[in-house]
Amino acid sequence: MNGEPSLLRSFEVQRRVLYALLMREVITRYGRENLGVLWLVLEPMIFTLGVMTLWSAGGLSHTSAIPIVAFAVTGYSSVLMWRNAAGRCSMAIEQNKPLLFHRNVQVIDVLLTRIVLEIAGASGSFLVLSSFFIFIGLMPFPVDLLQVLVGWIMLAWFGASLALLIGAGTAFSGIVERLWHPASYLLFPMSGAAFMVDWMTPALRKAVLLLPMVHGTEMLREGYFGNVVRTHYDLGYMAACCLALSLAAFYVLHEAARRVEH
Amino acid sequence: MLSAESVSKIYRTRKGVRRVLHDVSFRLERGGNLGILGRNGAGKSTLIRLISGAERPTTGHILRRMSISWPLAFAGAFQAHLTGLDNLKFVCRVYGVDYKPLVPFVEEFTELGLYFREPVQHYSHGMLTRLAFALSMAIEFDCFLIDEAMVVGDVRFHERCHVELFQRRKERAFILVTHDASVIKHYCTKVSVLHEGRLLDFPTVDAAYDFYLASLADKPDVREL
Repeated sequence: MNGEPSLLRSFEVQRRVLYALLMREVITRYGRENLGVLWLVLEPMIFTLGVMTLWSAGGLSHTSAIPIVAFAVTGYSSVLMWRNAAGRCSMAIEQNKPLLFHRNVQVIDVLLTRIVLEIAGASGSFLVLSSFFIFIGLMPFPVDLLQVLVGWIMLAWFGASLALLIGAGTAFSGIVERLWHPASYLLFPMSGAAFMVDWMTPALRKAVLLLPMVHGTEMLREGYFGNVVRTHYDLGYMAACCLALSLAAFYVLHEAARRVEH
Repeated sequence: MLSAESVSKIYRTRKGVRRVLHDVSFRLERGGNLGILGRNGAGKSTLIRLISGAERPTTGHILRRMSISWPLAFAGAFQAHLTGLDNLKFVCRVYGVDYKPLVPFVEEFTELGLYFREPVQHYSHGMLTRLAFALSMAIEFDCFLIDEAMVVGDVRFHERCHVELFQRRKERAFILVTHDASVIKHYCTKVSVLHEGRLLDFPTVDAAYDFYLASLADKPDVREL
């Protein structure tokens, strides 16, 4: 347990602590009875299936070119990527304060654990659902798999930095949590999940493209559907937003760690 | 070696800032011991949290050149849905220790029987305390942090804790923080008194003891909320 602190050793401690927290969180949330850890993927799957059914029944298919199932799966999976991690990180520090008595466990570990789990769950759900629907022929195979992956990674980056910021912010003030709830509901219809930017008027397009996650969703859909859809996105803009968000998150996190009180 | 250098801690309250610790310094070598006496509200728990690293000092530094335990028998980090065994595994993972060789000791010490593999939400207070203490002993630290208020239980349990801690691990360093002067006199060879947020040094245990008893007669500490 002693020894000189080094980068390699810090990395090893970090890996160990994250693994310990992941196992703890999984058992706590899903238990070991019935399906256990499978719920990590099943929960977002049920959400996506529900939304897919609603959208299909509601006849949301504006253009006949896009298959509604694929549209719903790509759209709602994108929402899960940026919304769930932030939701789980909200008040996470408060809930896990006693863990900080173990000196290796830092505030950031508590947040990272929840981010990793949420992103893994949303990714697993997307992978399982799309594989299944492709297999039974309800969804086409993605046109450009690499671009889908890049869009997904960008959404994960956005989701992770947003979650860190919200998580650290709630350590300062409960107001952050109160504001995050309405914000997450209001952002959902604007996030590009239920529409293509191309369907909007140019003025509206400009407004909605201020939101970073819209770029990720558009990019993902372009990768998925190819030239069938006209997309509007700017990878550079989204990357800049994510970078700014990450820096802000780390700053707030640093301050939160200093101020944490039992 | 563990040392605190001019450590202060300020908490914000609605009625302004409150200085709980003021310029606290001490030094503890490997194998040494330090008793810290303080009455309610003197800042004992705050000092424990700072030493263990759960909170950071507002100013000053805490240097740790040996491994310091979490507060002994601290059960607050238990998760209700985890079993006793899960909690052992968790702690072992965090500290990078293989849990399997430790299972017999923890099972024997806690006397939990079947409950060792049941969620801790079904544990009685006594069972929780025994598990918490056993986990503290499962990881080998250079220095134990003992908050006497936490180690409660019946006489038999006290005796077994005493054997594990002060006989089997008597070469280890420890910091014992308590409001109970007789406990400190029994275990510690060096005693300081935490008085109104300051840590006061005394040449002998008896001098610290006398000062503390005299201070108890003063008016109650108004800073206690």
